[in-house]
Amino acid sequence: MSNAPKISAGERVRYKPQIYMPQMSIFWWVKDRAYVFFIIRELTSLVVAAYVILMMIQINALSQGPEAWQALTDWFATPFSIGLHIVFLILLIFHTLTWFWVAPTAMVVRIGSKKVPGSILIAGNIAMWLIISLAIGWLIVSI
Amino acid sequence: MEQTITLQVQRYIPEQYPEPYFQSYEVPLRKKWVILDALNYIKDEIDGTLTYRWSCRMGVCGSCGMMVNDRPALTCATFLEEYAPGPVRITPLDYFGIIRDLVVNTDDFMGKLKRAQPWLITDEAKPLSEGAYKQTPQEKAEYEQYSMCINCMLCYSACPVVGLEPDFVGPAAIALAQRYNYDSRDEGEDQRNEELTGEGGIYSCTLVGECSEVCPKAVDPAGAIQRYKATGAVEWWQSVLMPWKGKS
Ligand code: SF4
Ligand code: FES
Repeated sequence: MSNAPKISAGERVRYKPQIYMPQMSIFWWVKDRAYVFFIIRELTSLVVAAYVILMMIQINALSQGPEAWQALTDWFATPFSIGLHIVFLILLIFHTLTWFWVAPTAMVVRIGSKKVPGSILIAGNIAMWLIISLAIGWLIVSI
Repeated sequence: MEQTITLQVQRYIPEQYPEPYFQSYEVPLRKKWVILDALNYIKDEIDGTLTYRWSCRMGVCGSCGMMVNDRPALTCATFLEEYAPGPVRITPLDYFGIIRDLVVNTDDFMGKLKRAQPWLITDEAKPLSEGAYKQTPQEKAEYEQYSMCINCMLCYSACPVVGLEPDFVGPAAIALAQRYNYDSRDEGEDQRNEELTGEGGIYSCTLVGECSEVCPKAVDPAGAIQRYKATGAVEWWQSVLMPWKGKS
């Protein structure tokens, strides 16, 4: 069965491995929940990009005068646009949370010589986010 | 009758067959047995040709890493019972070349460790007469976690970037670099940055985070890499905003 060369007594043969290199499947990310989560996190960054583009469209409309701005805000009021924004917002909040989640991995914060536990870092980040969001919301409403 | 469990083990015997294939073995499902015990049972009682690495069987040597049901694990620290009723799939560590059965080629990994320049680098060696390089326990604590690595390579098999980008230096190597960067006796950070901020360096990491999940020694390589990126970013801004400060 084996086609390995016969080695007579006293003879030495250096073993040369025939290394097998497995190919990576393009579906590597379905193998584990953690990878799926990672892919979703990365894909939701497209929504962040979408919001940046949206802001540029808004600025552009603003620079073109009241009619252009009116047309854009009219479009914003359509059910399609509202639905889209709700979906985007959910994805964006998910994206933001995932980054808060990994924050303790990226930084070690010390008070005195004590390490601040990761859960407190996450909570602190989320609290700060809520406060800033509320402040901005309040600013918009009160103008 | 004693309860049993089936192990589906990936074999690769290049002299007999050019591709890996699976072979099933039925082994006793004993309490307190780890996966490695089951493999040793196969080798001793069923099939002496099965080839795999192990040595310490206590999570210290780092040689028994394999994929257990597609997750990288130290087989000497993974209980068989957790996988009951089975079957359990045992394959070699992902993203490594296979030499035989469950034995993978570590050459590439060794080369990557070297890229981290894992030794104390000083600008000028202190003369012997000045005595040893001293360190306080606090200073030691700064890097201790990163010094716990046993080179088991599990983190490489947990990292899709390692698979997609073969030049990526990888989690353990970067954690190892940080082990020296955070050492109060070391002055080699600039040298390591040069190597690790370039092609295949820290910025190849997309923070999947699984390296830290599978690490048996709580080294947290993902943390090491993100901290490295953060320092890199701070230094970059410094060089832009305060170019006069320059490098010391
Ligand atoms: S960092 Fe952890 S998982 Fe990676 S080689 Fe070291 S001990 Fe193993
Ligand atoms: S046999 Fe040494 S770590 Fe498992």
